[in-house]
Order: sequence, then C-alpha cells, then structure tokens
Amino acid sequence: MEKLFQKISLASASLVLVILLGIFITLFNASKPAIDEFGLGFITNPVWNQEVAIEGLANDEVAPTNQAESAEINEDIITTGDEMIIDEDEHSDTKTTKTIFGGFIPIVGTLLSTLIALVFALPIAMGIAVFLAEIAPKNISHIVGIAIELLAAIPSIIFGMWGLYYFAPIISDLFGGYQVSLLTAGLVLGVMILPFMAAVTRDSMNTTPDVLKESAYALGATKFEVIKDIIFPYSKVGIIGSIILALGRALGETMAVAFLIGSIFSLPSSITSPTVSIPVAMANNFGEANGLGESALFYLALILFVISFTVISIAKFYFLRGVRK
Amino acid sequence: MRLLINRFVLGLSTLSALIGLAFLGWILITLFVKGISSFHFNLFLTDLINGGLRNLIVGQLILAAIASVIGIPLGMVAGIYIREYGRGKYAELIRNLSDIMVSAPSIVIGAFVYAIIVVPTGGTSGFAGSIALAIMMIPIVINTTDSMLSLVPKELREAGIALGASKYKVIVDIVIKSAKVGIMTGVLLAFARIVGETAPLLFTSETSNYFSLDLTSSFPSLTVSIYDLANEPEKASRDLAWAASFILTVMVLIINLTGRFITRNKG
Repeated sequence: MEKLFQKISLASASLVLVILLGIFITLFNASKPAIDEFGLGFITNPVWNQEVAIEGLANDEVAPTNQAESAEINEDIITTGDEMIIDEDEHSDTKTTKTIFGGFIPIVGTLLSTLIALVFALPIAMGIAVFLAEIAPKNISHIVGIAIELLAAIPSIIFGMWGLYYFAPIISDLFGGYQVSLLTAGLVLGVMILPFMAAVTRDSMNTTPDVLKESAYALGATKFEVIKDIIFPYSKVGIIGSIILALGRALGETMAVAFLIGSIFSLPSSITSPTVSIPVAMANNFGEANGLGESALFYLALILFVISFTVISIAKFYFLRGVRK
Repeated sequence: MRLLINRFVLGLSTLSALIGLAFLGWILITLFVKGISSFHFNLFLTDLINGGLRNLIVGQLILAAIASVIGIPLGMVAGIYIREYGRGKYAELIRNLSDIMVSAPSIVIGAFVYAIIVVPTGGTSGFAGSIALAIMMIPIVINTTDSMLSLVPKELREAGIALGASKYKVIVDIVIKSAKVGIMTGVLLAFARIVGETAPLLFTSETSNYFSLDLTSSFPSLTVSIYDLANEPEKASRDLAWAASFILTVMVLIINLTGRFITRNKG
C-alpha cells in the first residue's frame, strides 16, 4: 500500500510533464504540413487562405498579386460579415493553384489587443492594489477584495457578451469607428485582466515589511511618499511580475475577444478597425478548416503556446519568485 | 503641498477601486436585468430545441463533473507527491510546470484534445470535452493542494512518525485531514473556474440542441451554446443567451462564494 501510493503519486505528478510535452509535440506534429509549406515566413506573411495560381512562377513573384487579392477578399468579408469559407484544393489533379496561409495578421492582432488591454488596465490595477493594500481599513479592504476577486470569477464569455452589447456601443460613440474593433476588444480584455493584475500586485505590495513603512512614517512621510519611496521600490520586481503574468493571460484569452475583435483577416488600418487574434482565429475557423488550413491553425496555436509559455515563465520565475500566488 | 499631492494620489487610488467595483456592478446589473426579463421556469424544463436550457445546464454540469472526477484525484495525489514525497529538482520542476499550466491559453488545450481525441475517434464527444476540462483542472488542484499542505505544521508529521505510523498513514490520516478545509475550498474554486469555460469545449464537445447522456457524441454545453446564440441575428436567440448567461454566472458565483465561506468558517 505504502509503496503503491508513492508510485501512484509520482505517476500523477509526472502527468503534468507528460501533458505539457504532449501539447508541444502534438501541436508541432499537427502544424508540420504548414511549417514545411510556409516555414518561418508564416509569421510575417499577411495573407490568409488565399488561392494563387502556380503557373510555374517562383513564389516570390506571385506574392504581390496575392496581397492585392487578399485585400479585395477581406473587403468582401467586411461588407457581408460572412465567415471565412475554407476552400481546400487538395484533390485538384492539375495542381494549378495552391492555397497560402500566413500568420502575420492574427499575431499582430493578438499583440495589439493585449497591449491596449495592458495600457488600460495598468493604472487602474495599480490604484486598486494601493487602495487594498494601504488605504482602505481592514474590513473594507476585505470586502472590496472579495468583490474584485468575484469580478475575476465571472466567465470570460460573459465579458464578451456584455462588452459587445453594452460596452462597445459607448466606446464607438466616444472614439468613432466600428463597434467591433481592436480598441473595444482590447478594452474589454483590460477589464478582464484588471482584477487579476490588482490581486497579484496587492500581494506583492503586502510583502513590504511593516518596519520599513513605520520608520518612514516616523520620519514624517505622507502616505503617498511611503507608497512611492518605500513600497514601490521594495515590491517593484513583484509588481512587474504581476503585470507580465496578466499579459500572459491576456494573450491567450479567447471568448471575451471573440465577441469584439470582428474576426476578419485584415490588418487594422486604425485602432478602431476590426481584425483577428490567434485564439479567435482558432475559435471561429477550426470547425470548417481541413488539410493545410487546419495545419496552419495548429501552427498559430503553437506560436501562441510558445509565446505565452515564455511570457508566463519569465513572470513566474524571474519576477515572482518570492510571492506565492 | 506635500499633503495636497498625498490627498490627490490617494483620491485617484480610491477612484480606481470605485471604477473596478463599477465594472463589476455594471456587468452584474446588466446580467440581472437582461437575464430576469427573459427568464422563466420553463427554461429548466425544456431543451434548447424547444427554446429551453435544460439539456445545456445538465450537459455543462456533467462535463465539469466528469472533469472533476478525473482531475481532482490526479491533481490531489500529484500535489501530495510534490509536497510530501518529492525531493529536489524533479518535484520543483513539476511544481513550476503546473504553475505555468494554470495560465496556459485554454483554447490551445482545446486544440490539443482535438488532435489527440477528436481526430482519432472521428468526431466531437462529451468525453473529449471532459478531458479538456480535466487538463485545465489538474494544475489548479495541484497548486491548491501543494500550498494547503505547506500550511500543515511540520510538528504534526513528526508526531505521527514518532508514534510509529508509516509515511502513508501520516499523509492520509494527519496531513490531509488537517488540510481538508483548504483543499475543499481550492477544489470548489477550481470547479467554479472550469464550469464557466468555453474555449476548450468549442471543438471538443461542441454543443447539442438535444438532451443527451451519451458521452461518445457531441454533448450539450451551456457556454458553447451561449456563444452560438449570442451571435444569431434573432432577438429571441439573444434573449435566451442572456438568460443562459445569467444562470451560468449565478451558478459560478454561488460555487465560488461557497468555497470562500467554508474557509472563513472552519479554516
């Protein structure tokens, strides 16, 4: 019994490693056809699901026309609002056309929407953390803390619906442009990561020893000066970690963004135009995709996984060493 | 002047807290108003095909329950390993990896399960959906178990061993017992988190308009159906989506608050 239990517990723990490696290997295998076909150029290619004639031309010579065509198609999608129709040409015997996929647009969309979320959430989250850690009396801090954590518990799909029907109309009235856009998606994403960022920042601030704060107060410092000159420098590393961790979460968020980003493969001409992000591209196109298209989506998933894995690792192990959750 | 700046900054900080609360209030009030206005008891009695939500609610709970049956024991036992048995680098590695996996993009987990289960079995299934949710749940349970066990004083373990109990006995009878409340809270919070998930279910369980207990085919999911319904042009569909969102949020918040309440009272 004793030995058996130990073996079982070791096996369960190893399962984490197995799953993680499994995810990497599976994603890599599934994206292999796309990786072979497009290579690393996938990352910088702004064309998605574009059929082009081969006609014995080198790829580079075909490329410019692709982009023009893709622009046209994207406009069509804007006007009709239809889903992308994935049209594979696998069984064409003559092989006069081939379909090109590139990940540039969803990658840019992911990074930009995350950036907007961060810019929006950062000051508010810092304010909330300072409020919870330093300003509010214990019982108020406790209640507000629970409320903020409840905000974090709301399922992301709810943020998406609320964002689309109630938040986005206000934002597009204020800033113009479309209701589904990079801006509205980023802002709703910001609201979503707000409680998380605030909670981790508060925990970092709470690691500041009371003795340090008290000696500063004894020297006649105001609360703001204590926060600025004692708490921030002391917990700087943890705060940066919490910001990066929130960023890691925002990168992979699907449902809140899916309602708001517009889900069209076009580079946003401005902050208020619609585009697509990696998770949203997967959510909305996976069902219809097959062959190379599906493989390209897996390629995107692999890129997303590598980016967020790296970002989260940096946050956890470089910055958040001392802070437990 | 210093005092003025102090006032100003503290005011700003309080304002941010109010903004945060305002967002919570705004979302909850929206849900409540929209949800109540399209809410009626028939929603619990009919399936989506007849304009109700019964199959979706039952389906979502079954998916999360099966995920829990798989994920909780595995996560707990793995957590016990890294805190009680594990020594050195390997346990530390597992701890770190599971810490990262908690924040891993859930849609990627969906894609992973799609590749390893949906493709080989030839179609979406309730089983695949449950596995995807279980994979999300395991690291959360590991982390909670790990940190709750770390709160159990070393003296308790030493006392058990001094009495001649085996390590296994000490873990099961002493350590787990004293960390029980904390672990239960963690498990409830983990359940609350996965029951509201959409992204990992999109291409694993999908959803279904009919009542189903058959785990080998597409399985009704409340969250996936909310996504479908909310994107439909008819107002009736969207109203149904609001009612479903309202029910989902109430469910999640109740489970979440129950978890916190347990710790407060007994912890």
